[in-house]
Order: sequence, then C-alpha cells, then structure tokens
Amino acid sequence: MAVVTLQNVRKVYAGDIEAVKGVSLDIPDGHLCVLVGPSGCGKSTLLRMVAGLETITSGSVAIGGREVNEVEPADRDIAMVFQNYALYPHMSVYDNIAYGLRNRRTPKDEIDRRVQEAARILAIEPFLNRKPRALSGGQRQRVAMGRAIVRKPQVFLFDEPLSNLDAKLRVQMRVEIKKLQRALGVTSIYVTHDQVEAMTLSDKLVVMNAGRVEQVGAPSEVYRRPATRFVATFIGSPPMNLLDGVVEGEGRVRVDGAVLDVSDMRAGLQPGHLVEVGIRPEDLEIVGSASNSVSLPIDFVEELGATQLFYGALGGQPFVVQAGTGVVPADAKSLGLRIAAERIHVFDRESGQRLGRVAETAAA
Amino acid sequence: MDRRTVFNNRLLPYLLLAPQLAVTLVFFYWPASQAAWMSFRLEDAFGLTTEFVGLENFQVLLRDPSYYGAMVNTVVFSGSVAFLSLSLALLLAVMADKQIRGATAYRTLLVWPYAVAPAIAGVFWLFMFQPSLGMIGRTLRGMGVDWNPLLNGGDAMLLVILAATWKQISYNFLFFLAGLQSIPKSLIEAAAIDGARPTRRFWTIVFPMLSPTTFFLLVVNIVYVFFDTFGIIDAITRGGPAKATETLVYKVYNDGRLGGDLGGSAAQSVILMAIVIALTAIQFRYVEKKVTY
Ligand SMILES: Nc1ncnc2c1ncn2[C@@H]1O[C@H](COP(=O)(O)OP(=O)(O)OP(=O)(O)O)[C@@H](O)[C@H]1O
Ligand SMILES: [Mg+2]
Repeated sequence: MAVVTLQNVRKVYAGDIEAVKGVSLDIPDGHLCVLVGPSGCGKSTLLRMVAGLETITSGSVAIGGREVNEVEPADRDIAMVFQNYALYPHMSVYDNIAYGLRNRRTPKDEIDRRVQEAARILAIEPFLNRKPRALSGGQRQRVAMGRAIVRKPQVFLFDEPLSNLDAKLRVQMRVEIKKLQRALGVTSIYVTHDQVEAMTLSDKLVVMNAGRVEQVGAPSEVYRRPATRFVATFIGSPPMNLLDGVVEGEGRVRVDGAVLDVSDMRAGLQPGHLVEVGIRPEDLEIVGSASNSVSLPIDFVEELGATQLFYGALGGQPFVVQAGTGVVPADAKSLGLRIAAERIHVFDRESGQRLGRVAETAAA
Repeated sequence: MDRRTVFNNRLLPYLLLAPQLAVTLVFFYWPASQAAWMSFRLEDAFGLTTEFVGLENFQVLLRDPSYYGAMVNTVVFSGSVAFLSLSLALLLAVMADKQIRGATAYRTLLVWPYAVAPAIAGVFWLFMFQPSLGMIGRTLRGMGVDWNPLLNGGDAMLLVILAATWKQISYNFLFFLAGLQSIPKSLIEAAAIDGARPTRRFWTIVFPMLSPTTFFLLVVNIVYVFFDTFGIIDAITRGGPAKATETLVYKVYNDGRLGGDLGGSAAQSVILMAIVIALTAIQFRYVEKKVTY
C-alpha cells in the first residue's frame, strides 16, 4: 500500500505525438483514483507509464515515495488488469494466478494458500483446473482480478477492465471491484471512458482531455462544480445543456431575451462579457406555464422508465430536460421551466473555464 | 470451430478438385503404385525380364548392413538439421520480432535461401567449403583444422547438415515470426508485471505458445530432410565419402539408378513412403488435438 505521485509527467511517442502533456497527480494511500476521458486522451498511456510498460519522456512517477522512472515493471510491486484480461492461454486458472508468485520464488504451500484464498474471495474455486478458453467473459475477468490480488501489490492498475462485459455484468463487477478495493485497501488507478463507472467507483476523479488533466476532485464535486465546459458536458448523462449568454451585471446573465440570476459567478465581470450558461437536464423545475418561467417547445420525448427526456431548443440551441415520468402530461406541447440561481453554471465562452468557484475547498 | 462452405451446385466442388486430383494421380499415385509393384519383383541382370519374388526384396534389404548405415545417417542428418534449423530460426525470429514489429525488409532478405534450388545451394556450400579452393575451406585449413569433406566422412556430414540447415532456416523463420507476432503484446506485458524476466518470459509464455508452430515445423522439417535434401547431398557429396552421407533417400537413387537394383530400390521407397505417411498422420492427430491450448 502506497501513495502514488506523478509530477509533470509527459509522454512523446515516436513521430512527435505528444500523448500526455504534463500531468501532476497525488493519489493518497488506499484511494481509488479513476482516470476518465474520451478515446485517445492519453489515459492508457499515463497508466502504462505508472506500470512501467511505457518509458516516461519527462517528469517523474513515484510509488510509495520511491521514484520508479527507471524501475522495471517487475520491481514496481504493482499488478495490472488488462482490458482483454491477458490470461496465459496455455496455463490453467490456478497456474495463471500462481504465476506471479512462482516468479518471485514464493514457497509452494504459501502459493497454494494464497491462490485458494484469492479463488475463494472471487468465487472461482470450481474453475481452478480449467484453461481460460473454457471460461465465460465474466469468469475470465475474475481470474484476471485473482492474478492481481494474489500478489498483494502496493498498487492496482486497471485499464478498462469491464469494457468487454455485457451491461448487466459490468454493473455487478463494478460493485465487486469497489468492495474488493475497499476491503484490501490497495491504492488503485482505474482507467475508463465510461463516466458512470468513473462516478460510481472513484474516491478521486481525474477528467482528462487531449493529454491534459481538466479537473481533479471527488466525483460529487466534479459533478456539482465542473471546472471547464469540457468537464461539464463529459460528466453527467444526458450531458449538460449549454446556452450562449452575455453578462448583464453582477450575478446576472442574459440568455436569449431572458435574464437569469446566477448565484455562483465571479465578481467584477464586465457587462457584455461573452459566456456560456450550463444547465443540467435534471436541475430544471417544471412549473406548467407560470409567469416568470421559460417555455420550451417539445420536439420529441425519450422514455427511460423512471424518467423522461424532453428534447427541444432554446434560442436556436438544443436543450434537454429530464423529469420524473408522469410529471408532465402526455399531451403537453411545451414545458414551463424554472431554474434555481445556484444550479446555473457559467463558463467563459472563449476559454471554456468556469467563471465561479470550482471547489468548496482549495483545489486538491 | 467448424466452418463449412455449402455449394449449391453438386458438380462444382468436384470440378474444382479435379485438376489437383489429376496432378496427384499422375505424379504421385501412379509412380507410387509402380514402386509398390516393383518392390515385389526381381529384374534380371540385363533388365529385360522381371519375376515375382514376394517379400524377398525386403528381406534382403533388412539383412543389408549398409541399409542400417543409411538409416543411422538419416537419423543423424535429419535430427541435426531439424534441431539446428529450428533453433536458429527461432533465435533469428525472436531478434527480428523485437526490432521490427511489421517491417518486411528483413523478412524478404531472410526468405531468399528458400528460393534457391537445393542443388545450387549444395554447389554454393561445396564451393565455400571446398578444402583447396573454397574460401572457408582454405581458411579452416590455414588455421590448422584438418578440414576435408571430400575425404573425411564426419566433415562431409557436417557440411551437408550446414547446407540443409541454411536452406531450411528461412522457411522456419517465417513461421516462427508469424507465430511470435500473433502472441498478444499484453500477454508479455502481463508476464513482465508478474515479475518474469525476459528469459523466463520466453520459456514460460512465448515458447509454450509457439508449440503448435514448433511441432508443425518439426514434422515439416523432418519430411524435408528425408526427401528434399536429395539435391544438396547429390551436389556436395554424392553420398560419400564411403557412404558417410548416404541417407535413405539417396540410397534409393544410388541402388536403383546407379546400382541397377530396381526391386531393392523400390522396396526402400515403399518403406520411406510408410515413414512419411506415419509422420503425416502423427502431425494431423497432434496439431488438431494435443498441441492447441
Ligand atoms: N505506441 C504508440 N505510438 C504512437 N502513438 C501512440 C502510441 N500509443 C498511443 N498513441 C497515441 O497516443 C494518444 C493517447 O493514446 P491512449 O492509448 O493513451 O488513449 P486512451 O485515452 O487510452 O484512449 P482509449 O479510451 O481509446 O483507450 C493517442 O492519440 C494515440 O494515437
Ligand atoms: Mg486506452
């Protein structure tokens, strides 16, 4: 168990491809840190640098206070779960799990004890003598987990470990991974492009984009106070609505003819400053057709079961509203909407930066 | 996996097979049955008449010490060539795989020897190692090595082994390289994280995963050495000196073509044929069943 520290880590691949552009990160002991971001943003590259599978162009990676830039993967005391599981196809499940211990010359009875224990935790005891090809996807996933936990490493690394599973199994394994990580208390880095996975798993959420970190924080914090327009639209489903607006005065923004009160907006912005206003589909209050509300004509409706999504446009920009099923009458042609001042996010239209507080506490 | 193609036209599959079958019939089954037929007959001294002698040709053969000599030669020769060409090819493939994931330049270069006709390869090697003219032969003698493949049976055997190995390496190399490149990179990475050093990774992960390829190549190489090396041996040593490099297949030629013992030679062919059929059968059984994982 250990603290993982990244300092200004960069990765430039052959051909001047800068995959990671200076990332600094502190992962406290025992925390599960999730790296999330769109495809190609450098998540895997960053993880693989921590694992020692890619060289580090510049910056430093430290595990448990020891810089490991030049340390072989074998000597970093880490375990990794790969997206395709990377099970050794010619070995039985038992041998797959025991392989790392054998390489470290663990005594035979100790190996047996640990493999049996890992198998019990993961409920794969019946399969120990099978070859990986005779297992289902979910069982293979468990074996891959077993191979990681049996060595009791200082750090777990996961690279999209659930993306080859079907939706239902994914949810189930997600919960199990979280429980297991809690129980073992091993510092973990988990890469995913699925924002639901990211939100539910992480103690610490790192949103990446184009080789850079956009925001680091507790998942609820990132959700409540996205630091940039990118984070705002990436975290949350359906994504946050964005409307062009102009600063009208202190705490007031004009959007498409209406003036909105905003409680969290940086003071001293010049009237006329171009901004974007962000409103989450689930943050709107539906008020029939009260006087001080905005009216959204409904283009079409999506049924999600417990909730409904109403699609329309405001001031020529697409807009989505989420409401509990039954709140809106089935024959409604438009929605009367009201939004609380503290639920409005304001971003600089040019830079995309949040114009308001980012975190309750100082940035982590 | 069971993939089948279904033809709508009943005749079409037979038509498609016909040319291949015809070639096999004319160039394999016909001579093969001739050999089988002749192995039961004895030709008179002038080659004018033959008579049926039953198994006598085989009995004579199995009492002939030179037949066992050829057998030992064949085992030494094929074992050495298979071992050398497989291990050298694997070594080269591993080195190439590290350097070039995908580059084809090396591959093209390394496949050249395979395109060289056996007899030419033989002449080429003889030329290099010829004791009085060959570059390497003279160098060896200059260094005080008593090198003379023309007189010394051991040297001759070594030379044909080298030549046959050289010719076979490229073929093995291609298969090994393809095999190596089909091993997922993440397996090697997982093993590295699991604490296995490169050598251990090779023997515990890479080599076992190549085992289907290796087994396939082993059989192919042995068959190659049994038959296709005729040209090399004929060009370098003609089975000599003193039959030191006479393999089973060369003996068939020697006894039948030069010695005029067609019946005995045919009996040898029949035995060789049986060996190859056995090898092929083993290959099919194992490649399909045991060696997959
Ligand atoms: N070996 C390599 N050589 C050159 N460029 C690479 C290499 N590996 C990755 N890249 C590039 O680096 C960038 C980041 O890749 P990376 O695999 O880290 O993305 P990712 O965030 O994991 O994406 P995904 O969600 O699709 O897995 C991409 O633009 C990719 O093309
Ligand atoms: Mg990736």
